Amino acid sequence: MEIDPFIFRLSIFILSIFIGYYVVWSVTPSLHTPLMSVTNAISSVIIVGAIIAALSGSSESIFETSSIFGYLAIILAAVNIFGGFLVTQRMLQMYKKKKK
Amino acid sequence: MSANLSALFYLISGILFILALRGLSSPETSRQGNYFGIAGMAISIVVTFMSLGSFGPGFIYVIFFLVIGGSVGAFIAFKIPMTAMPELVAGFHSLVGLAAVFVAISAFLNPEAFNLGTFGNIKLASLIEMSLGAAIGAITFSGSIIAFLKLRGIMSGAPITFKGQHLINLILGLIIIFFIYYLCKSQASNIFWSIVLISFLVGVLLIIPIGGADMPVVISMLNSYSGWAAAGIGFTLENTALIITGALVGSSGAILSYIMCKGMNRSFFNVILGGWGAVDQTSSTAAKEQQPVKSGNADDAAFLMKNASSVIIVPGYGMAVAQAQHALREMVDVLKKNGVKVSYAIHPVAGRMPGHMNVLLAEANVPYDEVFELEEINNDFANCDVAYVIGANDVTNPVAKTDPQSPIYGMPVLDVEKSKSVLFVKRSLSPGYAGIDNDLFYRDNTLMLFADAKKMTEDIIKSL
Repeated sequence: MEIDPFIFRLSIFILSIFIGYYVVWSVTPSLHTPLMSVTNAISSVIIVGAIIAALSGSSESIFETSSIFGYLAIILAAVNIFGGFLVTQRMLQMYKKKKK
Repeated sequence: MSANLSALFYLISGILFILALRGLSSPETSRQGNYFGIAGMAISIVVTFMSLGSFGPGFIYVIFFLVIGGSVGAFIAFKIPMTAMPELVAGFHSLVGLAAVFVAISAFLNPEAFNLGTFGNIKLASLIEMSLGAAIGAITFSGSIIAFLKLRGIMSGAPITFKGQHLINLILGLIIIFFIYYLCKSQASNIFWSIVLISFLVGVLLIIPIGGADMPVVISMLNSYSGWAAAGIGFTLENTALIITGALVGSSGAILSYIMCKGMNRSFFNVILGGWGAVDQTSSTAAKEQQPVKSGNADDAAFLMKNASSVIIVPGYGMAVAQAQHALREMVDVLKKNGVKVSYAIHPVAGRMPGHMNVLLAEANVPYDEVFELEEINNDFANCDVAYVIGANDVTNPVAKTDPQSPIYGMPVLDVEKSKSVLFVKRSLSPGYAGIDNDLFYRDNTLMLFADAKKMTEDIIKSL
């Protein structure tokens, strides 16, 4: 019997939770705020779904209901991607070591 | 681009995202980590375009909206003051949540585009995944909006509770589950819409009973939710990058929530059920109001600190409110010139979000190797001459160690009372967010400095 591809995705998902668990525990507490802003930015990779949704309409009707939701999602995710990565960058640049 | 090839690229994106988080294990590697994250995102977006193949007229609009959203995001990122980080993060979470809802709606209306079957005849597994994604996304959205309003001060930070609140939440939760089940049987779109609407309501109801001081937990929790929503959508779209990211973000937020709860010695459910500080404990405070308090002025504080050999600074939310971090750094500079050893002690739940104080101190050019976490520095208070408490309160309250009746009993606190003298900058004697009187105010070695944190610090600089 063939294995349902869903099982593979579930495996990836569960293994990623474990990776996340160990990686996040190793994050230094002083960087917890940048951690939140960067996780925010990367979770906006949901934009791939938004792009597919936006381009789902036929060429005659670019603005079907489903595409409109796609476009809206693109705007929201783009705010997050740029905002999230840039604000993280801005914060990380402020962390400096003692000048010797 | 073939589906297999793009799947491999999505995997690479996922790995880059893991490396982005890995980079945050130390400030030196963190900036590189952020670049990994950006690279992962760029790969994902480009691969998506490539796999769709056709660059029709819709493509122009996609780029157009991407640029609009991107500019808004970039503008916010550059303009936002560091003190507003908690509400910014809450705001961003709401956007992820809403984006997840929109993608789910779109997938529901036009399943062909995602290879999920046809409208009214969507694959069962996909239907469950997308409705879960939509529900969690909707809860994330409305919950984050409430968190945003509370953090921004537009809405009162006080917990809003009413009778039967938890029962209503439970019933609504069960209704959502039942509707998902029913949706799978009927494929009816009005059921789908109902799931989304009820989830919006649940998000609001979940967050309103949680008070201002518990916001670190709330933000972390919403961070986690946004991850699970993304993962749900990732399963629907059969996209590895999204599944990996969702899992990473989900566990990241969960761990942060755990750390925050531990910092307050409260269980997660205790925080979620809300209403801390609503407990009546006037009996114990009334008696203590009468105790004498020593209060001093900036000159006294300057004198004490100048003659000290070591000073530990304990910042809290009050420092963020007063924007006192820059003045504080200047004060420390002057002290260091006088040969005083200065370090900073950060409690895990100081401020309104995890790591809030660290970011503010970094903004004021405080080197991160002078800033210590609770466990690292707590033993040093015994050997320190002056503890300068600026805007913190509950996290220094010795009652947490001595009084089993106290609601904060068992919470790890900074042992400031062990230092030779304590300077406590505070506007009044009012209790902190937990609503409990701070025993520290009445100790012999405590000198209260009644003033705004920033103004007091500036005055101390003058008299130094």
